[in-house]
Amino acid sequence: VGRVKGAIGRFGEEVAARHLAGAGLRIVDRNWRCAEGELDIVADDGGTLVFCEVKTRSGAGFGDPAEAVTAAKSARIRRLGLRWLAAHGLGWRDLRFDVVTVVRRPDADPLVRHLRDAF
Amino acid sequence: MTLARTTSVAVLGVDGQLVEIQADLADGLPGVTMIGLPDAALQEARDRIRAAIVNSGETWPTRRMTLALLPATLPKRGSMFDVALAVGVLAAAGAVPADRLDDVVLLGELGLDGQLRSTRGVLPAVIAAARTGVRRVVVPAANLAEATLVPGLDVRGVADLADLLAFLRGDPSRTVSRPAARPRPERPGPDLRDVVGQAVGRRAVEVAAAGGHHLLFTGPPGSGKTMLAERLAGVLPPLGVDEALEVTAVHSVAGLLAADAPLVRRPPYQAPHHSASAAALVGGGSRQARPGAASLSHHGILFLDEAPEFQAGVLDALRQPLESGEVAIARSGGVARYPARFQLVMAANPCPCAAPAGEAECQCTSTARRRYIGRISGPLLDRMDMQVQLEPVAPGDLLDRLDAAEPSAAVAARVAAARALAADRLRGTGWRINADVPGPALRSRWRLPAAVTAAADARLDRGELSARGYDRVLRVAWSVSDLAGRTGPTATDVAEAVALRSHWSTP
Repeated sequence: VGRVKGAIGRFGEEVAARHLAGAGLRIVDRNWRCAEGELDIVADDGGTLVFCEVKTRSGAGFGDPAEAVTAAKSARIRRLGLRWLAAHGLGWRDLRFDVVTVVRRPDADPLVRHLRDAF
Repeated sequence: MTLARTTSVAVLGVDGQLVEIQADLADGLPGVTMIGLPDAALQEARDRIRAAIVNSGETWPTRRMTLALLPATLPKRGSMFDVALAVGVLAAAGAVPADRLDDVVLLGELGLDGQLRSTRGVLPAVIAAARTGVRRVVVPAANLAEATLVPGLDVRGVADLADLLAFLRGDPSRTVSRPAARPRPERPGPDLRDVVGQAVGRRAVEVAAAGGHHLLFTGPPGSGKTMLAERLAGVLPPLGVDEALEVTAVHSVAGLLAADAPLVRRPPYQAPHHSASAAALVGGGSRQARPGAASLSHHGILFLDEAPEFQAGVLDALRQPLESGEVAIARSGGVARYPARFQLVMAANPCPCAAPAGEAECQCTSTARRRYIGRISGPLLDRMDMQVQLEPVAPGDLLDRLDAAEPSAAVAARVAAARALAADRLRGTGWRINADVPGPALRSRWRLPAAVTAAADARLDRGELSARGYDRVLRVAWSVSDLAGRTGPTATDVAEAVALRSHWSTP
């Protein structure tokens, strides 16, 4: 089960990264890990540093993927963002937290939604 | 369309206030924020409306949603806003044409399956909507009969959210505008024919009914106190149109209306047990007060059997509504006002031992008797217009005179005639019955000659009547006169009124 989930997640992150790059963002980092967890994508959007959480579903059965980003999860991603800044020795700058949802469809390209400034 | 407006009504007491619901959809993480002082039941509306919308075959918008209930400072409670919230969400998402939401008030609670469930307080909400000029109201089908009591409105009953959405999209075929008429045969109440003997008691019931006077019966057990009191409501005339709406509104808030025949046409009758709390009697409850027996008997009879057995504080809580005709209860959710213009009837044994044969057999000490009587406080006792002592029924009356008693219908006819006479005299004053007339008017506009009031004057001089008691005797005298079809009380009428207020015997 874990392998399948991991595969879906990697697929989603790949789709999301391409989508963001297509939208003019420069990908800075991917799958950055620390003790507290993992940042899916770090990107630069014209000077604003964007921490991006990717949520992937292989169907709409469990509701919108973005609904899985709970208050606790969004707080954790904020902390991770600060850790990333500290780990890279970067000072204060404009930050943004986005969510990209990817829904796989059996006979079409995946559906991608980019929620800017989601939390 | 990312912003939509719908309208509903918040009910506090029996007053409604229009509430505008604004639904806004924005980009961001999906979720619902509800603002505008909602209570717990209203917070839960988020989950109800989401399930109802999805289960009605509609799409729940996965966007950041803000639902605002305005005016923002008015605390809102309950589930009556569910329908307006759900339609607001769908209109903001563009699933319902927004222009069809102008000038329509949406009321009702939603089940998870999309059913519109009946709610309390629909009648006061519809009355409030009509007063603010709204022309169209949608209510749950189960509340339709109640809502259509308000004239001049286009009221629609719907069974579920899908039917309502069809209506808002231009197809009214799945709504009902006329409640299924099911006239209910009126169940006859207890009849005065069953009361044996007790000429004085029967007379007291008739006079009290004619003028709307408060009445206290004392007497040994089995003398018919309770029987007489229960039959008083049956000789009162049916409620007028405005009275019926007022009474029905209170009963709607209490959730006591029959779905098929909601209009309360007969004067209500409430007989709370003597263990009742002050909140049960005058209304109360946390956050927002609910009506008590005093308000449920508005324009009717509030009967307190075994009155001295009530807690003293509970009885005295009745003094304020007795004076003002309404109950105002302040809670954090606001001040709820309920009308409470009731006719108070109390029954009491003369002493704790309550010997059936009357005072001859009583074994109570005079102290015990005085303490028992003292449980009804002086100020409350003073407000009882008529204080009538019943004697034990004579054995001959009980066994022989079963068919001699007069039925309620005959008494009710005389009461109706007397009330018509009083209404004629009081035309243009805003008062309807003798009990409504304030003391100053009795003593100026309808001043009686000294020769007529001699019996009452003498009692006043001797200190046996308070100033309030004097006015009350005059009111009862007018009712006696009305029953006799006279244009004004005679000395005999005043003497009878004085006799009907003879304080129960103090040992």
